[in-house]
Amino acid sequence: MQKKKPIGKTIIMGAISIALYVLLLLKQDAVNAYFGRGSVYAFLPIATAFVFSFVHGSFTGHFWTSLGVEAKKKKEVK
Amino acid sequence: MHDIVKEAVNFINLDAANIIYLFIVGFVGGLVSGFIGSGGAFVLTPGMMSMGVPGLVAVASNMCHKFPKALVGSIKRAKYGQVDVKLGIIMGISAEAGVLYGAHIQEGIKKAFGDAGSNLYVSVAFVVVLAIVGTFVLIDAWKTYKSGNINAEEKATKLAKWVQSINIPGTMVYFKSINARVSVLFTIPLGFATGMLAATIAVGGFVGVPSMIYVLGAPSLMASATELVIAFVMGLGGSLKFAWSGLVDIRLAMIILAGSLFGIQLGAIGTTYVKPFMIKVVMGLIMVIVLFSRGLMVPVYMSQLGLIAPISEGTVKLLKNTSFAIMIGALAIGAFIVLKAMWQGRREEKLSVKEAVGHGRI
Repeated sequence: MQKKKPIGKTIIMGAISIALYVLLLLKQDAVNAYFGRGSVYAFLPIATAFVFSFVHGSFTGHFWTSLGVEAKKKKEVK
Repeated sequence: MHDIVKEAVNFINLDAANIIYLFIVGFVGGLVSGFIGSGGAFVLTPGMMSMGVPGLVAVASNMCHKFPKALVGSIKRAKYGQVDVKLGIIMGISAEAGVLYGAHIQEGIKKAFGDAGSNLYVSVAFVVVLAIVGTFVLIDAWKTYKSGNINAEEKATKLAKWVQSINIPGTMVYFKSINARVSVLFTIPLGFATGMLAATIAVGGFVGVPSMIYVLGAPSLMASATELVIAFVMGLGGSLKFAWSGLVDIRLAMIILAGSLFGIQLGAIGTTYVKPFMIKVVMGLIMVIVLFSRGLMVPVYMSQLGLIAPISEGTVKLLKNTSFAIMIGALAIGAFIVLKAMWQGRREEKLSVKEAVGHGRI
């Protein structure tokens, strides 16, 4: 039984992830100016980390699944 | 405080070589931490500093990549039923207190003895903790291997059985990983120690994971997965604290994250293919190798403090480079074992599927 590989999802999440990274690196100066200000601006890096972990996390997850690298299939023993 | 702010303004310029380096170290560190619950920080922080990133910014940025990485890793491993969220959160909160206390001690030592004193303290903590815990974990893994019981279910240690037998009314909590009620008066000091170690050597898991296995009686797979929850709670609090002082360089953190999320997914998948004692093998080996790496630096700091005769600059440089190379080696060996074990596991699975199909046809 072969499950369908999530190639579409991988490409979409990959594209969003790359876009986020390009944006972060292209706008470095603005990012450095605001994100390093401290106090309430601290939420900027924290929020960024959550957004990246969601987008890039699902991309990398789908990426390995698409390559066929998956967890061992076993019946849950309860 | 003024110095800190001045340092923070100096976020470095990133070039392609730096980005690739951070991505690769992030990947390998992620692979190892997906497997044993922590790792990578001991290479990343000095690695960033060698690029010219100020020490505090390196620590802060490393922490800011750690919590999203741990989040992704723990969600992945929760899907395999390996995470005890309750234990992770309870230990994570006490670890947070440990981090604050550990940082406070560090500041005190730095004030009294300067940078060399603080470096010596960190190295000695590395050597002592890793020597005791690392050797213990490795010997335990070796015994399991020699006994031929690598497939048997792990048994709780005598200490863990005693801990589980103690009943202190009002403090008892049921933990699914341990499958017993344990007093939080035991988990709190363990979490606190994990946090203190994290504040000192950046890898709290070297105390967190073995303590969950040997003191509380959690299986290795669940202990290493639950460590990711602890790392998330600890890392989020720590990152917020550092970001509040403007010390997080989000570019560094996110580039490391780019590599480490590829790694952590793979490391987490790897745990489903290996025998539980392999977690102990990888963790013990890394701990003992890192111990040698830090041990090399002890004479350098001792000579800087005037405790022993001065060491020539050439020797210092040699010791520093060797120490860093050994650390990278530790991480690379860990990653190699994880990948190899996974490769073998997948091959065996494919073979058994083929065999089953073959039998079905006859």
